[in-house]
Amino acid sequence: MGIIDKLNKDFESRVRLGIMSILMVNDWVDFTEMKALLNITDGNLASHSSALEKGDYIEIKKEFVGKKPKTSYRVTNLGRVSFVSHLNSLEKLFKTK
Amino acid sequence: MNQKHQEDLSHIRSMMERSSRFISLSGLSGVFAGLSALIGGLYAYQLVDRVDGEYFYANSISYKEDLISQLFFIAMLILFFALSFGIFFTIRKSRKYNLPIWTVATKKMLVNLAIPLLVGGVFCLALLYHGFFVLLAPTTLLFYGLALINAEKYTFSDIKYLGFCELILGCISLFYVGSGLVFWIIGFGVLHILYGLIVFKKYK
Repeated sequence: MGIIDKLNKDFESRVRLGIMSILMVNDWVDFTEMKALLNITDGNLASHSSALEKGDYIEIKKEFVGKKPKTSYRVTNLGRVSFVSHLNSLEKLFKTK
Repeated sequence: MNQKHQEDLSHIRSMMERSSRFISLSGLSGVFAGLSALIGGLYAYQLVDRVDGEYFYANSISYKEDLISQLFFIAMLILFFALSFGIFFTIRKSRKYNLPIWTVATKKMLVNLAIPLLVGGVFCLALLYHGFFVLLAPTTLLFYGLALINAEKYTFSDIKYLGFCELILGCISLFYVGSGLVFWIIGFGVLHILYGLIVFKKYK
């Protein structure tokens, strides 16, 4: 069962998979849009995104637009490589079955 | 275990698509835009026919000032109805499938669509200004086709086939300048209806 070990534990949750998928095909995506796309709550998104940031998979940018704070996300190089290899292991899992 | 991974993969695919493409465009928008163009175009056809005897006669000098402004008014009405139907069905579809409308993908799609269209619009105004009326229909078809192909990356990729059809039609019509209105009705009326029906069936 060596193949299963290669699946990245950090990407296990549905929300994290979603965040990574969206960032793979977009540049900066802001908090509100991410929340709407994933259909989750503020707290849920905040906790999962900070977990991904801790693993250096994504980059979080906080800035002010006028007086409103704005948070945006972008995938890092490490995140891109890790997510692709995660996808590859998922795919392999189906081929061997 | 397998079931979970399968769901993961389809979740990944849907998130990538949802976030990078504008997928709320309904086929019905195409059908109704086509109908507006068809009705407006046919009305314009018989208007020109009545006033001039011979419609879109290659000798453009024979056009009368008020006929031009009438045609311009009809064109604006068609545009208004086509856009309204487009917006209406887009909102309806996105509500039904719970899709966000005003996303980055939507904005990118609109910008890419707008660049060729705005340049085409200015080009058409210049043609009007100089009195080259016979080139109006080919020009609208050509710029519209280019706009669709330009926007293809950010929405259903089927839209590029509609774009290619408009381009082919536009190129042909360049050589039959007397029949511009006929080509225009085919391109904006008939093709839109066909495209709308195909897309509506495919993504239902």
